Amino acid sequence: MAHAAVSEHHATPTWQGITTVKFAWWLFLASEVMFFAGLIAAYIVLRAGSPDWPIVSEELNVPLVAGNTLILIVSSVTMVQAYAAIEVGDQKKLRNMLLATAALGVIFLSIQGIEWSALLREGVTAQNSLFGASFYTLTGFHGAHVSGGVVGLVFVNLKALRGGYTQAAHEGVELMGLYWHFVDVVWIILFTIIYLI
Amino acid sequence: MTTQAEMTDVAHAPERVAEKSFIRKYVFSTDHKVIGKQFLFSSLFFFVVGGLLALLMRTQLAWPWEEIPVVGSLVYGSSGNILAPEAYPALVTMHGTIMIFFFIIPILSGAFGNFLIPLMIGAKDMAFPRLNLLSYWVMVPAFLVMITGFFVEGGPAAAGWTSYVPLSALPDKIPGSGMGQTLWIISLTLVGSASIMGAINYITTVVMLRAKGMHMFRLPMTVWALFITAILVLMATPVLTSALILIFLDRTIGTHFFSPSGGGQVILWQHLFWFYSHPAVYIMILPAMGMASDIISCFARKPLFGYKPMVFSIMAIAGLGFIVWGHHMFQSGMNPVLGTLFMTSTMMIALPSAIKTFNWLATLWGGQLQLKAPMLNALAFVSTFVIGGLSGVFAAATPVDVFIHDTYWIVGHIHYVLFGGSLFGVFAAIQYWFPKMFGRTMNETWGKVHFVLTFAAFNLVFFPMFILGAYGMPRRIADPYNYNFLAPLQSLNQFMTISAYVLALSQLVLFVNFFYSLFRGQKAVENPWQANTLEWATTSPPPEHNFHTAPMVYRGPYEYSSPEVTEDWLPQSRALDGAGPEKTPTGVAATGAATD
Amino acid sequence: MGGLLPNASTFGPAIDLMFMVVLVVTSIAFVLVEGLLIYFLIRYRGRPGQRAAYVHGNRRLELFWTLGTGLALFSLALYQRGTWAEVKQQLPDENTALVVGISAKQFEWHVTYPGDDGRLDTADDIVAPINVLHLPVDQPVIVRLTAQDVIHSFFIPQFRLKQDAVPGMTIRAWVQATQTGEFEVACAELCGLGHYRMRGQVTVESREAFEAWLAEVKAKQSSGN
Repeated sequence: MAHAAVSEHHATPTWQGITTVKFAWWLFLASEVMFFAGLIAAYIVLRAGSPDWPIVSEELNVPLVAGNTLILIVSSVTMVQAYAAIEVGDQKKLRNMLLATAALGVIFLSIQGIEWSALLREGVTAQNSLFGASFYTLTGFHGAHVSGGVVGLVFVNLKALRGGYTQAAHEGVELMGLYWHFVDVVWIILFTIIYLI
Repeated sequence: MTTQAEMTDVAHAPERVAEKSFIRKYVFSTDHKVIGKQFLFSSLFFFVVGGLLALLMRTQLAWPWEEIPVVGSLVYGSSGNILAPEAYPALVTMHGTIMIFFFIIPILSGAFGNFLIPLMIGAKDMAFPRLNLLSYWVMVPAFLVMITGFFVEGGPAAAGWTSYVPLSALPDKIPGSGMGQTLWIISLTLVGSASIMGAINYITTVVMLRAKGMHMFRLPMTVWALFITAILVLMATPVLTSALILIFLDRTIGTHFFSPSGGGQVILWQHLFWFYSHPAVYIMILPAMGMASDIISCFARKPLFGYKPMVFSIMAIAGLGFIVWGHHMFQSGMNPVLGTLFMTSTMMIALPSAIKTFNWLATLWGGQLQLKAPMLNALAFVSTFVIGGLSGVFAAATPVDVFIHDTYWIVGHIHYVLFGGSLFGVFAAIQYWFPKMFGRTMNETWGKVHFVLTFAAFNLVFFPMFILGAYGMPRRIADPYNYNFLAPLQSLNQFMTISAYVLALSQLVLFVNFFYSLFRGQKAVENPWQANTLEWATTSPPPEHNFHTAPMVYRGPYEYSSPEVTEDWLPQSRALDGAGPEKTPTGVAATGAATD
Repeated sequence: MGGLLPNASTFGPAIDLMFMVVLVVTSIAFVLVEGLLIYFLIRYRGRPGQRAAYVHGNRRLELFWTLGTGLALFSLALYQRGTWAEVKQQLPDENTALVVGISAKQFEWHVTYPGDDGRLDTADDIVAPINVLHLPVDQPVIVRLTAQDVIHSFFIPQFRLKQDAVPGMTIRAWVQATQTGEFEVACAELCGLGHYRMRGQVTVESREAFEAWLAEVKAKQSSGN
């Protein structure tokens, strides 16, 4: 009994092929979904009960933000490309695609910023307009999550630069991807209920 | 905290190079057992705080506006030792908030969840020990922020633990809705974050780190209950967070989510709040149900009756728990049609709880009942939970709720399920797992004394609440006798208050027993209760990584009085028929009986 | 001691009957469960040398008590729908009922009656003294609830009447008093420091007495009192 075998798991534990960290990451994303669900539910109730909700196409720049939505979708594609790259061991493409994703994320945020300032210039604030308050809160929290994602992408890229990911071991890239897709899906829902409906 | 037993561990783990510092071992530890104990001690502290607040409330209800002896000068010196008019709503609010968020939830999930899950599934720790550490240390600022509320201008939050807007959103409507309410919001946001971290950890651990042979349907009910509870925490708490953010914005930057003057809706708060807070009440009872099942089975020396129905009942309670929230809002001005919908789902949710009650009874039938302190408390759990649940049926019946909503009927109901249910469950759990946690046994006789006193006093305090409620006495009123129709109730209220003092003093018995035994209790053997679950198959307390060799599980947790062996217990990890290294049952001779 | 205050409204008996029905059903369950519990504690006390029954469950038994309890709960759910609808949804015709405006504020009940035009929110409305509510007996009354600051709840125990008053909403409740006498309004939703003393006085009287009182209030009002 020289080496007390206290660990029964010499390999990383998995369940249905999913690692512990990835499983936990999904749980985290589930909780985030519920957070946005609360905000979205509030938005729907407030809008449905509001007799003078503004006509969205008059207040907001639907074409611009539709384009912005496309940018975010493209960033999800680049993220997938990054993952695909490291799956075959292409370090250079991994880093480039991560960078592209981050850049697109920054562009997304900038255009959101333009939306915000346009709305503010029109005199729609969080205080004087329920529509404004809902808009800024929903898109603000989403933007905060995108910002967090961009920071994450920077860290992942830095790790990639240090050679931290290999063809065999690149879970961090996958988790980053999952988070980024989550942020994208939330945006598609927000865009639909705020801009399109 | 024990140090001796853990120190001897060094001999078994030669791979460890240096002893950890005191700070790393007991303050910033990643060991789930230490973190569990940290939650245990802070929870017990807040139990005392919450209880004292309740005593102040009860004193006021018995003798309104009279000088409070002794304590009055300490707490209400500035108002002549008399409860200050603004104090009562604050007492009510902080009593509820502290008991729910700083006592019951942390002690069930934080303390017992943390301590027991890895041990009961045969793992060496949680899946994410550092996340675990973080979850406790996020609670600490939450504690401090909430306590600060007592010392700020205007006092602590005073709009009820339910914090209904506009009372909680407009600082000029009640003093506590100034800084106090802001601190309340911040504190709960921190609590929520800690809870979600814990939930992620528990769910992952149960799914991923079970020992070999520990199939899901061999898990003890304690683990099932904590697991399902964690799922509730994960999915419901974020909605509370969203509500807290919206009210925070209304209060700080002037949005109008809940304010009609700005287009907002007052009732929206209630929907968001109760969407979380109804699952929260199941978060507060399910772990106790799970632990009661394990304790009852062990002390009846009999398999748990209906293990799978019990598991599915917990799942049903959790699932249905998400679609009943409107039953708190029947009189809120919500569309009566919604009322009927929520009434239906609420009637449905009574069913799985009833099923569990019948299964507990059936477990007792034909048993060999050992009426030790943990068992007595577990049985008190069942008997009082039944009363709590039955009293809930009245509230679910919407026409009756018209009358009893926001009366003392509801206060009686909640305390029968929370004190009667969860708290007796906690008393049972503390005395049952104390030997495993601390390596010593609590005194059995004093445990029985505590039980008898608590059970009697508890019923004397809380059963009359149904009478008060049927009489129409509203909740949260500082002086009921301002209404003529309530004047006859003062003597009953006084009787309840005196019983409450007895109830509070009775807890001293438990506290003295607990702390005395911590230092001077008889040393505990590995398995003083001759129980089957995995935590009893290691030392008391366990070594740092819980098990010297990873356990192998051969059967379910309830093989008591099995015909396969002569003893009336058969541990999950004991191999039979030479299927592996024969692990002799330990602790056969010495049991808790020695301390009687 | 104990039990419900005598009810004094038309839907009072239905609510009290519902209470009784639930009481009977839950009492049966209570006696059964607690009785068995106590009996088992005595009967199955551990005795040396004896062994517990090695039983894991019984499908039939599970089915039996699941269906039984389910049936009881389902019946209760069905049974109460009528009364709920009567109380919350089946409001009397606003053209024939007396409509009283009650506006709740910290910590008072502001009562307004329609004037000669029979409608509220018009210039001839009669404002009653604060916290004073008079109602004619045996007459359907619609209570039109509003709140000026925070949520309050309009509760008259003997009428089995309770309805939250919510800022931003106008909520209609109704009642028909069946007895004359003096009753109290209690506030049933925490509304601030004075929540405990938000007491209203309700006088239920004959139609004639009510009209007389109303006329008196109206006279005082127009004389600038």
